[in-house]
Amino acid sequence: MSELTDLYQEVILDHGKKPRNFGPMEGATASAEGLNPLCGDHLLLQVKVADGKVVEARFTGTGCAISRASASVMTGLVKGKTQAEVEAMFQVFHALVTGGPGPHPDLEALGKLAVFGGVHEFPTRVKCASLAWHTLRSALQGHATVSTE
Amino acid sequence: MTTATTAPPAPVAPALFDAAARRADFPALDQQVHGKPLVYLDSAATTQKPRAVIDAISRFYERDNANVHRGVHALSERATKAFEGARLTVARFLNADPREVVFVRGATEAINLVAASFGRPRLQAGDELVVTTLEHHSNIVPWQLLAAATGSRVVPAPIDDAGDLDLAGLERLLGPRVKLLAVTQVSNAIGTVTPLEAIIAMARARGIPVLVDGAQGAPHLGVDVRALGADFYVFSGHKIYGPTGIGVLWARREHLEAMPPWQGGGDMIRSVSFEKTTFNEVPYKFEAGTPDIAGAVGLAAALDYLQAIGLPAIAHHEAALLRQAERALLAVPGVRLVGTPRQRAGVLSFLVGDIHPHDLATIVDRQGVAIRAGHHCAQPIMQRFKLAATARASFGLYSTTADVEALVRALQAAIKVFA
Repeated sequence: MSELTDLYQEVILDHGKKPRNFGPMEGATASAEGLNPLCGDHLLLQVKVADGKVVEARFTGTGCAISRASASVMTGLVKGKTQAEVEAMFQVFHALVTGGPGPHPDLEALGKLAVFGGVHEFPTRVKCASLAWHTLRSALQGHATVSTE
Repeated sequence: MTTATTAPPAPVAPALFDAAARRADFPALDQQVHGKPLVYLDSAATTQKPRAVIDAISRFYERDNANVHRGVHALSERATKAFEGARLTVARFLNADPREVVFVRGATEAINLVAASFGRPRLQAGDELVVTTLEHHSNIVPWQLLAAATGSRVVPAPIDDAGDLDLAGLERLLGPRVKLLAVTQVSNAIGTVTPLEAIIAMARARGIPVLVDGAQGAPHLGVDVRALGADFYVFSGHKIYGPTGIGVLWARREHLEAMPPWQGGGDMIRSVSFEKTTFNEVPYKFEAGTPDIAGAVGLAAALDYLQAIGLPAIAHHEAALLRQAERALLAVPGVRLVGTPRQRAGVLSFLVGDIHPHDLATIVDRQGVAIRAGHHCAQPIMQRFKLAATARASFGLYSTTADVEALVRALQAAIKVFA
């Protein structure tokens, strides 16, 4: 069960059950829809950008605990960040969920993302964890829909 | 002990089937996954293959491999005999004329063939194709493509809250513009067995041709196409213990004769010149190119294996197992079945509390239990039940009560994770 408890850490279960920044947003400047055709899950991500920085990000939709927790954590982390900073954060996240934290994880760089360190043991779930990030990047780049397939 | 001898034994004829013993025929079932014995409950996606099928394919490649229908040498003769022998086996399984048996890649290709070759020339703008809400995407999308190409329209036939077809609703849809009815024998997503006899009678009374998708039905219920009265019946080899890459289109001979070829190439012609090409007779007219010879041989071995056990015995075993599984799942707190049809085969779709099916499948997989999570390529059913996904346990002849017990234990573990 150890890999399972790595995947379903308390923080993930908590965010999955009670996602932060969940629900529609007033005055969004950009939005995108994310689809995971594998499981039929979808999320709508809305973002408000001002002076080159993310002021607020919110999401709605259906998804598994991993995808909801990822969207919940992400929408909190990106507040106040520039698009370049969001992109850098995504790269850290992507490396973590595909390759794992490695023997000497840079906990400072990972910050709250560290809770997704167990995802890499479950290759079929990487898409669940990444959906929110792909959707956010898509919204920031002005695209309307992103699919994990 | 003295009185018991006079009591006659209870009738046990179909129950003599011993799933635990049959299990030993399937090498893939004998393995550990994540350190736990494999419990394979995803047979609706694809069944495991018995040793007899694996051996038949190996034997073909090791001894008989050659191309069919052309060589005069010994191997080509053997390969042709094996391939055409497989067609006879399929014909016996279906109770069909072998000339009505077309080998294709699978049920999906068979439906696409019918849409292109039967549907396309017959459909006009304003015509309708009735397709039930129970269908797999493979029995929806080819009709949508056909509709888009011809200006006709796909009309969905409704289901009720139990997941049964609404027969009165279906009947109302069968108007004068309907040129085809497509219906599954068994729903892959929720297990509904459709009342084909009543449905086909309804359609035939109005002169509407019927295509039956037997991908899920054939392995659990079998079929007698002569008695069925449909126009087309399709199934896939890999869902009936045979290999992937082979499947069958059965069609009434008069349809096959009238339908134009859908792919051109070798084997499907009688003679070719740049002035005039004439086509081979049925079913070869629809089998362009070198077929999946080993696949057909493997499929025949699978059907022989099933016939040796007896489909009634398998159906009896599976029905009893499904009833047990239903009871066992419903005894787990928070479990809700999706679809409670009058008759069910092969499949249980369910939800556990508010645990997302994807999370559930990951957790039970770590207990060695393979189930499916998602929309099962049947999104219209999911939409009908206002769900994005369900968890699905599906059964085969090798499934046992021990498998059901392992599933229940795994679900309890998942509930603990999310408690």
